[in-house]
Amino acid sequence: MTTAVDDDALAPAVAGRIDPVLGVWLAVVGFGLVCVLLRETAPWIAAFPDAWVLPVAAWTNAVMDVVVAHTDFLFRAVASALEWPMVALRDLLVWAPWPATIAVFAAVAHRAGGWKLALFTLVTLMYMVVVGYWEESMNTLALVGVSVPLSVAIGFAMGVLAFRSARAKRVVMPLLDLMQTVPAFAYLIPILLLFGFGPVVGLIASAIYAAPPMVRNTIVGLERVPPAVLESAAMNGCTKRQRFWWVEVPSALPQIMVGVNQTTMAALSMVIIAAIIGGFGDIGWEVLSTMRKAQFGQSLLSGVVIALMAMIMDRISAGFADRSRNADRTEDAPGAPFYRRRRHLLAAAAGFVLGVALGQVAPLFQDWPKALVVYPAEPLNQMVEYILVEWSAQIDAVKNAVLFFLMLPLRIGLEKAVSPFTFGFELTAPMIAGYWIAAALGAAALAWRGRVYGAIWLIVGAAVLYFGVSGLPWPAFMAAVVALAWTAGGLRTAGFALGALLFILLTGAWEPMTRSVYLCGLAVAICFALGGALGVWAAHNDRVSATLRPINDTLQTMPQFVILIPVLMLFQVGEFSALIAVVLYAIVPPIRYVEHGLRNVSPEAVEAARQMGCTPAQILFTVKLPLALPVIMLGLNQTIMYGLAMLVIAALVGTKGLGQQVFLALGKADMGMGLVAGLSIALVAMVADRILQAWSRRRSAALGLDAGDAA
Amino acid sequence: MDEVHDPAEATQNTAPQPAGAVKIACRNVWKVYGPKPEGYFPDGSGRTDDPGALIQRLRNDGCIPAAADVSFEVRAGEIFVIMGLSGSGKSTIVRCLSRLVEPTAGEILLDGVDLLKMDAKALTDVRRHKMGMVFQNFGLMPHLTVLENVAFPLRVQGVDESARRKKALEMIALVGLEGREQAFPRQLSGGQQQRVGIARSLCVDPELWFLDEPFSALDPLIRRQMQDEFVRLQTMLHKTIVFITHDFLEALKIADRIAIMKDGRVVQIGSPSEIVLNPATEYVREFTEDVPMVRVITVAEVMERGDATPGSDGGSDGGSDGGPTVAPDMTLEAILPHFATADAPLRVVDADGRRVGRVTPQGVLKALAEHGERLEEA
Ligand SMILES: Nc1ncnc2c1ncn2[C@@H]1O[C@H](COP(=O)(O)OP(=O)(O)O)[C@@H](O)[C@H]1O
Ligand SMILES: [Mg+2]
Repeated sequence: MTTAVDDDALAPAVAGRIDPVLGVWLAVVGFGLVCVLLRETAPWIAAFPDAWVLPVAAWTNAVMDVVVAHTDFLFRAVASALEWPMVALRDLLVWAPWPATIAVFAAVAHRAGGWKLALFTLVTLMYMVVVGYWEESMNTLALVGVSVPLSVAIGFAMGVLAFRSARAKRVVMPLLDLMQTVPAFAYLIPILLLFGFGPVVGLIASAIYAAPPMVRNTIVGLERVPPAVLESAAMNGCTKRQRFWWVEVPSALPQIMVGVNQTTMAALSMVIIAAIIGGFGDIGWEVLSTMRKAQFGQSLLSGVVIALMAMIMDRISAGFADRSRNADRTEDAPGAPFYRRRRHLLAAAAGFVLGVALGQVAPLFQDWPKALVVYPAEPLNQMVEYILVEWSAQIDAVKNAVLFFLMLPLRIGLEKAVSPFTFGFELTAPMIAGYWIAAALGAAALAWRGRVYGAIWLIVGAAVLYFGVSGLPWPAFMAAVVALAWTAGGLRTAGFALGALLFILLTGAWEPMTRSVYLCGLAVAICFALGGALGVWAAHNDRVSATLRPINDTLQTMPQFVILIPVLMLFQVGEFSALIAVVLYAIVPPIRYVEHGLRNVSPEAVEAARQMGCTPAQILFTVKLPLALPVIMLGLNQTIMYGLAMLVIAALVGTKGLGQQVFLALGKADMGMGLVAGLSIALVAMVADRILQAWSRRRSAALGLDAGDAA
Repeated sequence: MDEVHDPAEATQNTAPQPAGAVKIACRNVWKVYGPKPEGYFPDGSGRTDDPGALIQRLRNDGCIPAAADVSFEVRAGEIFVIMGLSGSGKSTIVRCLSRLVEPTAGEILLDGVDLLKMDAKALTDVRRHKMGMVFQNFGLMPHLTVLENVAFPLRVQGVDESARRKKALEMIALVGLEGREQAFPRQLSGGQQQRVGIARSLCVDPELWFLDEPFSALDPLIRRQMQDEFVRLQTMLHKTIVFITHDFLEALKIADRIAIMKDGRVVQIGSPSEIVLNPATEYVREFTEDVPMVRVITVAEVMERGDATPGSDGGSDGGSDGGPTVAPDMTLEAILPHFATADAPLRVVDADGRRVGRVTPQGVLKALAEHGERLEEA
């Protein structure tokens, strides 16, 4: 066991001596109490004084100014070097008549996934033509088309480096964590400053953002090459290079292709996000600008283009990954004739030539005529209007209920949230006393029954609800998080949590951080309640599982922007919309992990329970869920990551918090502010990650399981 | 760890060395896992007065002596089996022979040349041309067809396409996989995959053939079939073989000589019957316990020597005594049926047709009774 805290330390006080974990938690509760009592007399406990904030943002900007002044020629050179292949690709895609491009894609799709995928690709691309978004789509494609190979190359090289050298790996792995947890918007700022405005920013941002999955999969793939394969390569007298290119890379290829698939999706998603910079006439810009103008019909139509594009890219790259896994190549075998082995290449070439010829003959094929464009934006707008008018009472009721009774109390606490306007009554002194007495009695009852930790959780929960996440005195908040980190992962994790929180505190990001934590926490809780229930259902019902799978896949492959459209349409700008958007995006991991965890519980354990006469509910709660818990915890971890990522995107529709800060910083090209806010989000994500990972590892070790499988 | 017994005397007992020059030899080879293990072997020779004490010291310091003071010689054309429980260091030692695992100390002599002094290029050359290896988990390249897998060692050497195809097809035929050339490993059963592994290891015509538990991953029936086939191959190929197994019966079936390992050390080396009849330690004896004696004791061990009247009537089946003849290396199991029909002594005739002795039913029973007793009292 690697953690500092022993398992039996989790048992409450043993005769005579108080065990250290319990001691720490009692101290935390006591400390919190002191903070609450002192907050009137010492206001710095309630809110960290601005005067104490270190001007990290200003320092960063000063440094950055110098760096930019001295190195920007270098970065500008890189920018123009990257710009021309992209512009060339765009020119080619825009110049080529659409039937030519579609033919090539259909051939590629057929090679990746057979006739069904080819047909899907054909229909999808036709949609882009008919709706009149062909050129915008091709612009986006040009960005992706350059950034994906760039990402793949960078990711592969970094992966190989990390695989070869333990020292490189020690640098690369934390870097990956950072690259994936720092929100995408925050990347854009330094890139903007260094590379200047222009589409190349999106290109570089997406190449960086999309590289980590490639790195990870490359490392995993290379590490998993069976030792016997490597030994046999050595026995056959392979040179280093032969071993790498003929043995290791081909053996790792299926995993590497999974990396290519994930990288492609990430690149597309980032290209769409980077559209916020504007200036390239791509489809992301179309969505964003129409969304800002509340032209929902238009943004829906263009959002569908993005969603479809994501689906094609996902299916095609996943298809190639599958192909490399199930090498079933009878028709590609070395003995087969040339025209059979290269049939897709030949078909693509023929299709392209034919398409270009068609374009020469009939202008219809060169440019889809305006007259033939089917663009039902107005009817869609009217439909949305109609729905909103018809259902406004119900929508408002739901929205207000959630806002007043859930979101507000959690954010600012019952203390401030309860007012005649929201709850319909004032909080009186007897009520407050009653609340606390009830909490104390509940805790006492739990403690009496030996559930000391239950009692502590009850007290902490009651405090959070009363003061709100934003209203908790920061020293108490900090103490609780550090204690949690220590309990789960020992001193190192606690040290990390303390460092991270201090950074956030000292850079002045504390207040927005609490708002982000509250919103994300609420969204995660909702995701887990709903998604967990769906996951349990799916684990016990194959039909539900089969129905949910494509929905999950679609939600996951969808660039986050697209999810905002329907939410905005129904609920307008505001915190409630942000919550719904985050929930929609982050609900997938709990469904998947809960189902996966439950389905993989050892059948013997379930059988034994059934044999002993457990009811299905008993089996679920006493056998399956506890055994699946480590996997489910990893799902929780993922949910938090997804939630935080979406939170920043949701800042577009009006949230306060770190996401909004990043977004504002982008608007002002304020690198320092963006960095502080972005790093704060990353740190929150990492602290949550460390705590949950450590906890999950301990649980799995205690159960003798390997939770790593699910990841 | 338990106390380290000292089998020094037991290791090199008076096993009759089969004919043929020494092909590969291990001298005081050690493989120690742990931080800075070289420090324990100042001169790198691995020779020490008291290996047991050194092992104890290594263990106390948190090192793992996976192979400790291992010495043996394998002669050309011999099947040398290394047998031991899992974790006893068999894989480690066979990998030391090809330097897949770098020994910590000791010498590996291949045709008298120290393998450990070779540079990387010379070693690659040796591996390419002189050695072949079969792995327990096959070690096939998942992305290559059967044909490509078998031809892989030749491709590495830069042999041109048509030549390697020809050779690979030959090897595939040798192991009986004709018709599956274009299949991928995952489309084959375990037995078939191991045939591919065997064909691949033989593709470069190696002089030395290493097999690390080649049949352990297979079902018992398939395993027996593969063992028979292995014996058949060896009668055609006459390789020098180091064969690893944890299955004592498998060792008895195919070995010319067996080395038994425990906790990284060789505790006994000898022919199958020597090991069964004179186990050096309790550990070895436990393996032999369930072995039917009639399968191990050979005619040579129970015959009455002399009785030879050279030249008078040697050679022919119908000698002066009449009745059937047997060879010295036959097991008792093989000659017992003769006694079922007649209780006259059997004549023992060697490979050159000379009469070297005779076997009586009484002699057989006496030998069985002796070993039976010895086993009981032990
Ligand atoms: N890379 C390694 N690091 C540390 N210990 C090892 C390593 N490889 C093998 N060992 C140890 O060496 C011992 C012998 O292993 P091995 O040669 O594989 O045994 P066998 O093949 O007889 O089952 C085992 O105790 C094993 O744990
Ligand atoms: Mg082994």
